[in-house]
Parts: sequence; C-alpha cells; structure tokens
Amino acid sequence: MIALFLILIPLVTGLLAFFFREEKMARGWALLSAIGTLTVSVLGLTVLKAPANLRFTGEWMGNLGSSFSIGLDGMGQLLCLLNAVAYVIILLATWNSSYRKANNFFGLLLLAQAGMMGVFLAMDALLFYFSWELALIPVYFLCSQWGGDRRIPVTFKFFVYTFLGSLLMLTGILFVYSHTQSFSMEAFYNSNLPNDQQAWVFWLFFIAFAVKMPVFPFHTWQPDTYEQSPTAVTMVLSGIMVKMGVFAVLRWLLPVLPVASYSWGDLVSTLSVTGMLYASLIAMRQDDIKRLVAYSSIAHIGLMSLAIFSESQMSIQGVMIQMFSHGINIIGLWIVVELIERQFGTRKMSELGGLAQKAPAMAIFFVLIAFANIALPLTNAFIGEFLMFSGIYNSQVTQYNVILTVLALVCIILAAVYTLNMIRKVFFGDAQILTAKAVDLRSSETLALGILAILILWSGIYPQPLLDLTSNITDAILNKADVMHLIKK
Amino acid sequence: MKNVLQLAYLVPLFPLLGFLINGLGRKSLSKGAIGVIGSGMILASFAVSVYLFLQVKGGAADHVVTYFNFIHVGQLSIPFAFQIDQLSSIFLLVITGVGFLIHVYSTSYMHEEPAEHFGRYFAYLNLFVFSMLLLVMGANYVIMFIGWEGVGLCSYLLIGFWFKKTEYNKAANKAFIMNRIGDLAFLLAIFWIIGKVGGVGYSEVISFTEAGKFSPADLTGITILLFIGATGKSAQIPLYTWLPDAMAGPTPVSALIHAATMVTAGIYMIARSNIMYTLSPLTLNIITGIGLATALLAATIAMKQNDIKKVLAYSTVSQLGYMFLALGTGSYVAAVFHVMTHAFFKALLFLGSGSVIHAMGGEQDIRKMGGLSKYMKITNLTFLIGCIAIAGIPGFSGFFSKDEILAGAFARSPIIYGVGLFTALLTAFYMFRLYATTFRGSFRGTHDQEHHLHESPAAITIPLVILAVLSVVGGYIGIPEFMVHGAHRLADFLHPIFASSQEIFEQHGHTHPDHQTEWILTGLSSALIIVVVVFAWKKFSAKPDIAEAQGFGKVLENKWYVDELYDKVIVQPIYKFAGFLSNVVERLVIDGLVNGVGRLVNYSGRQLRLLQSGQVGSYVLLMVIGMLLVFVIQFFLRK
Repeated sequence: MIALFLILIPLVTGLLAFFFREEKMARGWALLSAIGTLTVSVLGLTVLKAPANLRFTGEWMGNLGSSFSIGLDGMGQLLCLLNAVAYVIILLATWNSSYRKANNFFGLLLLAQAGMMGVFLAMDALLFYFSWELALIPVYFLCSQWGGDRRIPVTFKFFVYTFLGSLLMLTGILFVYSHTQSFSMEAFYNSNLPNDQQAWVFWLFFIAFAVKMPVFPFHTWQPDTYEQSPTAVTMVLSGIMVKMGVFAVLRWLLPVLPVASYSWGDLVSTLSVTGMLYASLIAMRQDDIKRLVAYSSIAHIGLMSLAIFSESQMSIQGVMIQMFSHGINIIGLWIVVELIERQFGTRKMSELGGLAQKAPAMAIFFVLIAFANIALPLTNAFIGEFLMFSGIYNSQVTQYNVILTVLALVCIILAAVYTLNMIRKVFFGDAQILTAKAVDLRSSETLALGILAILILWSGIYPQPLLDLTSNITDAILNKADVMHLIKK
Repeated sequence: MKNVLQLAYLVPLFPLLGFLINGLGRKSLSKGAIGVIGSGMILASFAVSVYLFLQVKGGAADHVVTYFNFIHVGQLSIPFAFQIDQLSSIFLLVITGVGFLIHVYSTSYMHEEPAEHFGRYFAYLNLFVFSMLLLVMGANYVIMFIGWEGVGLCSYLLIGFWFKKTEYNKAANKAFIMNRIGDLAFLLAIFWIIGKVGGVGYSEVISFTEAGKFSPADLTGITILLFIGATGKSAQIPLYTWLPDAMAGPTPVSALIHAATMVTAGIYMIARSNIMYTLSPLTLNIITGIGLATALLAATIAMKQNDIKKVLAYSTVSQLGYMFLALGTGSYVAAVFHVMTHAFFKALLFLGSGSVIHAMGGEQDIRKMGGLSKYMKITNLTFLIGCIAIAGIPGFSGFFSKDEILAGAFARSPIIYGVGLFTALLTAFYMFRLYATTFRGSFRGTHDQEHHLHESPAAITIPLVILAVLSVVGGYIGIPEFMVHGAHRLADFLHPIFASSQEIFEQHGHTHPDHQTEWILTGLSSALIIVVVVFAWKKFSAKPDIAEAQGFGKVLENKWYVDELYDKVIVQPIYKFAGFLSNVVERLVIDGLVNGVGRLVNYSGRQLRLLQSGQVGSYVLLMVIGMLLVFVIQFFLRK
C-alpha cells in the first residue's frame, strides 16, 4: 500500500488543488500534501518496510500485456524519499513567493510529483512511460505559464527536446515489447535481444534519458529552462526530475540491454567526460548565478553517467547515493539564489557582493551547501563522488579508466574554481549599492535550509544506512548487466 | 581490559565542541568566554594527547581503535578508526601544544575584533585543529584525506577571515584551489591502493607492501601521486605559491598554518607511508630533487622580501624543502625531528612578527621599522632566539635537526650536501637581514608610530617565552650519535615506525658517514653559518637594505615571476578557452544545431502555440479525461 499511496496522495491532492480559490489555501494544501507524502515515504523506510507493503499490482490494459505494477526497492525508496523531502523543502523555501493563479501552479506541481513517483515506482514499462509523460507535461505548463521573459522560445526548445526524447523512448519500448509481448519489468530484463538489435534500442533509450539528465550534447535546453523557469520549478527540474534520466538508465537500460551498454559504454563515457569538461569550463565564464549552477549541474550529471557506464559496484552505489545528495545540494543552492533574486532583482554576480556582512546566516548556509556541492569530505557529496571515482578508476569494462578518471578529476578542480569565485563575488568583498540593505533569512527559509544542512552532514558523516539501503539493488543491476560471461561464451 | 587508547576520540572531540559552541554562540558569548572556551578546548586536547603519548611510550600494544563503519561497499570496508602510535602521538603533542599557545596568543591579538567575529575566528581556529587532528589520527588514508581536505577548508576560511578585502579572498581561493590540485593526486593514489590492496588501512597497506605484492610500477605510481598530494599541502614546487599569499590571514593563523598544522601534513603522510617510499628509489630521488630545489628557490626569494611575514613565509617553504630533502634521502627521523623543531621556532617567529606588527599599528614593511629592540625587549630577545634556532647555530634546536638532514644528504652525495649547505647559509643570511633591519639600527617609521611603540601584553609575551625555551631545548631529544652515544631519544622512540625501512636501506648498503667525517661536516657548516650571521647582522644593522631593488634583486623581489608565469601559461589560456566555448561553441554551434532541428518541427510548434493561449486547468482536465478514456476503453475491451 505504501507504493500506491506515494502516487495517489500527490495525484489526488494535485487535482483537488485546482479548485482552491485562495492562494494561501492552495499553498497550505500543497505543503500538507507534501508532508503527507513524506510521512508515507518515511513509514515505508521504517515501520512498514515489510515487502508486502512495498508492492502493488493492479489491472490495467491486461490484454496488452501491461499491468499497473509498482514496487519499492532500495533505489526506489531512496528516490521517492528524495522526491518527498524535496517537495517539503521546496514549498517551505518558496513560502513567501507569490504566483498568479496559484491554485493551478500548485496543482501542476503536485501532479508532477505524482508523475515522478510513478517513474520511480513503475515495474512495468508502459506504466513507466505514462508516468514519465505525466511528470513532464505539468512541468511544461509550469515553465510556459509562470516563466521569465524568454519563456516562449525556451519552453518551445524544452518541448522539442522532451517530445523527441519521449518519442524515441516509446519506439524503443514498443520494439522490446514486440519481442517479449509483455511490458513487465521481468520480461524486459529477460528479453535477451540479439546484439545488433540491442544497439538500436540502446540509442533510442539512451537519447531519451540523456536529454533528461542531460548529457552533452543533448543539454542545451537545460541552462535556458533553468534560467527562465520560476525557481520552485527549477528546483523540481534539477533536484528531482534530472534524476529520472539517471534512474531510467539504471533501471531500464543497463539491465535490459547489457551487451549494447557494454559495447557502447566507451562512447557514452567519452561523451560524459567531454560534457563534464565542457560544462565546467563554461560555468567558469558565467555571470548569472542561475546559469552557473545549471552548468555545474551538467558536469555533476556527466560524472554520474560516466560512473554508471563504469559498471562497477562502487560506481553504481556511488551514483545512487549521489542522486540523493545532488538533489539535496542543488535545491539548497537554488533556495539561496531565489532569495537573492527576490531581494535584489538580479542574479548577476557582478552587481552583487558583500552579502556576508548583512546576511551572515544566508552566507553560512550557502557556503556549507556550496562546499557540499564540490564534495568536501564529511558532506554528502563526498561519499558519492568518492565511490564513483573509485569505481571509475577500477572499472573492469573499459581500458580507458585512468584517463577518464583524470579528466573527470580536472573538473573537480574547475568546480572548486567557479564555486569559490561565486562565493567570493556574491558574499565577500564590500557591500554594493544593491546589497547594502540586504535582509537575512526568514524563519521558513531557515527551516528549509536547516533541514538541508542536517541532511548534508548526516549523510556525509554516517552514510552507511543509505549504502545498505541500495546495496542489494546495485548487485541486482550489475548481475543483469554483467556481460563478461556472455563475451567469454 | 578495554584498550586505554579508546579515549583517543576525546582529542578531536574537544576542538569540535569548541567550534560548535563558539560558532553557534558567537553572538551571545562574551569575548572572555569565547577565548577561554577556544583555548581551553585545545588545552584539554593537549592533556589527553600527553596521556596517550605516555601510554604509547609505556608500550601500549594495540594502536588502532575503531569506532564505526564509515563506508562499507561490497569487499571494501573503510572504518572510522584512529591509529595512536609513536608517529601520531608525537604529532598530536606538537599540534595541540603549539596550537594551544597560538590560541592563547590570539585572545590578545584579535581583541579588537567585534565579539561576533572574535567568536567566528575562534570557531575556525578550533575547526582547523580538529581537522589536523583527524588527519594525523586516522588509521587509514580516507580518514587522513578527510582531515587533509578539512585543513584546506579551514585555511580557506581563515586566510579570507577579513572577507571585505577582495585581495584576501583571492588569496584564500588560491590556497584552496592549489591544495585541491594536490588533493586529487592523493585521491588517485587512494583509488590505486583500493584497486590493488582492496583496503585503505595503513596496516593493510604496509603488510601488502612488505609481502612484496606491489609491482614496482604500482609502487612508483602510488608514491609519486601521494607526493604530488604532499606538494600541495606542504607547499613544494610546483604548488607552493599559495603559502606566501596565505599570510593574508591574521598573523596567529599564519603561525598555525606554517608551524603546527597544515604544511607538516605532507611530511606526516610520507613518513606514514615510508615503507612504500623506501621501496621506490625513483620516487625518493624525485622527492630529493624537488625538496632541494624548493629549499633553494624559496631561500633566494626570501633574501629580497621586505614584508616581515613574507620573509617568514618563504623561509617556511624553504624549510619544508629541507624536510622533503630529508625524506628523499631516507632520513625519515630527521624529517620528523625538523617538523618538531621547526614548529617551535617558526611559531615563535610568526607570533613575534605579530607582536611587532601589533606595536607598529599594522605596518608590515621592515624598511619602515628598525631599532625595535629598544622598545620591545621580550619580543626582541625571543625573536632573536628564533632566528638563531632557524639559522642552525650550535646549541639551538634547529642546529640538531638541520645537521642530521645534512649528514643524511652527505651520505647520498656530496653535491646534494653542498646545495643543502648553501641553502642553510642563505637562510642564516636572510633571517639576520630580517632581524637586523627590524630590531637593530634606528627607527625609520613615522613619529606617530614611534610614540605608540610598546611591548605587547602578557597573553602575547608568555607564549613567546615558552616557544623560545622550546626553540632552545627542543633539539636535545635528538643529540646525534657521533656526539653522545645513544642520546637520540627521538630516533629510539620512533624506531618501530621506520624499522623495516632502515633494514631495507642497510641491505642496500646505505651507510652513515663515520664519526670523524660528521665532526668535520658539523664544524664546517657551523663555522660558515656563524660567519654569515655575523656578516648579515653587521651589514644590515649599519645600513639597512631599503633601496629599491635593481637587476637580479628585482627578479628575486618579484619571486622569479612564477605567479605571473602560471597566470600567463595556465590560468589565462584556460579562461580564454572557456570563453570561446561559452560564447562561440555553446551559442552558435550546439544551440544552432538544436534550433535548426527546432525549425524543422516549427510547424507543430506553431500549432502548439495556438493551443497555448487558454487556461492551464483545461489542459490538465483534458489530460485526465484522456487517461480516464484509456481506462474505460480498456475496461470494455476486456469483456
């Protein structure tokens, strides 16, 4: 039942939200719903973690070979938890933002959450595809209706990318289905497509997922969309939704198409590392904080993609932890960016400066989160990055492991460069005309950032529970993806 | 019986508590309370360290204490564990002992800061000590790495402590980034070790090494990577340029970075991994070369610096080069010995310079000082002791450790010895140039400054006196064998750490020079150093070096233009390339391609735009109706 509630709560509350007339009511309703979802998610991790509670199978389109089959494994638990925590934090942090037609705004936001829950829970390929669309369509409207000045061309670009991606994915799913006659995950995992066909399906899937992550060179929708979306939506997009892409590769690509994943792994790794370097370098030249964070996110996702295709236990485990950590950290960064933009009407670093004097609490949280984002030890991201890098370096599936590791590590240096420069330009130095009258954090923002800070430190100092949660599923994925025995044959 | 060393967690716990209390309470606590908490926590830590030291000295057997599982994935298990043995217990004493004196000193030195920043300062300082303690106490390379990056973070925070000044913030960034370059090499080494050994504990790695399971190539690779890590933290060529800039922070912070913590980390790491280094002669040669070159380069730069703290900063770089020279020539004990004595006299010199700067009202240019001995007797005397100790005049601590390093160098090659000795002479020269220009001659500052000249308060002078005493007597724990038989107590104490390495060196026929040669070498170097000291003292007392530097002096004053070179060759090209990517490739090429695709589907886009004008709610309604329809159709199809 836990699994079903995770989808139903945001879905139903989201639909109901459209009928609220007052903005305050709609906002409160959304927060209430998010807290409810979080409670269910935590219950599923603790007192109700018996397997029977975590699975649900219902009938739908049975004659097509598809069922409403959902379930929570370790990876699903972690991402649903992220989805649930993130929504509470996002709603808290944007408590003071005002939206026109707020009922629609919050309704769509909750529908997107329901869609993402579906993506993380689906044990059926068709259901997965439905959920994927359910998550994307509300976001499309959120960007196009509540976005910035350039929202029309930007959302158009977002739409083109997403639309093409979904089309390719659907084709891929149908192709596999033509072999299995079933959409169930087990059938997909046991499809054993011939090698030449795997290659086709691999690219259909990979491009769809790569757009979402995004991986270079499918990324150009991302900085624009992040920049133009209302910040709450940017948080959803970058904190949770990009994880759909990473998640999908782990759940639907590696185990379903092991041979193609192995044989195209080097190319994907090369793309990933190129994208990391490319995005890191571009991030160094950004003046707009939102764009800087957007490009840094591309670099981080590139590392996850690289780690996935290293196919080692450490790297996959690292990716899982990192999906959670990256979500937490980037939402934290956006919270501060949003505060800055709302106060000063600008996101340009060249117009800011000296904020630390007037808003020390904001500065402390931002510095903590920024250092977590560059993987300082004892923060959450260090665990993920350490495991990912260690796995990449010791990867058995590629002979280019050393050079890939070194190039990816260069990005870690560049990340330190642009992150520290951002801190310096925004918070240090003397106060500017704009920042002289800065106001520090208010209570709802302090609460949101405080929760994030605790999560960052807790999972950085004592990560073992998160690792234990995901260790089984890591092994399962690798078992399926292990092509060494196929090649030896 | 429970392992007595289990208490080790208290050592880092106290500074951590201090950090939390002062950090969170910086707005409500009084300055007095902040100072007492900040210093008291380090004192408590020192007390536990002394206890642990005595336990280890008394022969406590089990050195590793494990607290919890930090990371456990598949076969790889990284426990959160501490290792309290001879090497770490010595470092603990130095870190907490000297650290405590610096804290006490800071209560007076930083007193003009507003209470909130005073609290922030002590919180950072405690966090710094905490990180350094983790670094030294960790029982595996990952815990060491946590502390390793931790000190990087703290130095960043403290160098940029006065965050209103953009220049200071840039220095802080530089420190962190240069350190990070080294850190990543360290990380690579860890990954390499994980791949080969399957674990990162020191004991695992050491037994793996001793069993000969590493190939020579692996050993060389790992040791070189670890050494690159050390060049970042311990400011060696090519990553040394952050350290002199790091003096942007408050002066006691410089003392902490340069003496008790941070820069000694690289020495500690190599001493910890000594067996791997002993087995890779190529790496040892590289370390010798880099150490020697750094010692010499930094010494030449120090000759022409006019900022009192810059001279000391370059002398630190140079002395660290000396320590690496010791490591490279296999004199591990001498390296650790020099870390200790250097901690005493360098902390003394930095704190002394702080006292001078305090009296001069913030002035750091020695050309505007002179004759200060008349006004500040204690500072003068203790600073002089520091200079004598670092120069290596017999009887003072620096003499013993430096002499041991030079003897080890001579055993390898007279040329290395020659360069080392030359560097020692340069050191004596620039230190007494500094001393004479600052304290001798007549005062060259403004009338106003002269009026304000005064000796510093007790919280400043007492640490100076204690450090001065240590700078004299600290050397007597390592009296060389050729002078008194069996009096090198430090070598005896550290024996278990370096025993296997020494065995291997002896098998390879490494010998010490005989006693007669050692007497001659020591006599020679001592005589030369004294001559240089007297010369520099006379020269700069009579006629201080205040003229604008010319020719080669200008090159030295500008630090061989290394910063400019790095900027031109590395930083600028990267920024230019990044700009090219950002403005040309991203905007025109990639985005252009996408927009081209976009135009192809423009038709559908136009249709969509038409749809977009209405209510959002209706779309969602449509979506839901559509989904319901699918279900309904399904339902009927099934029948």
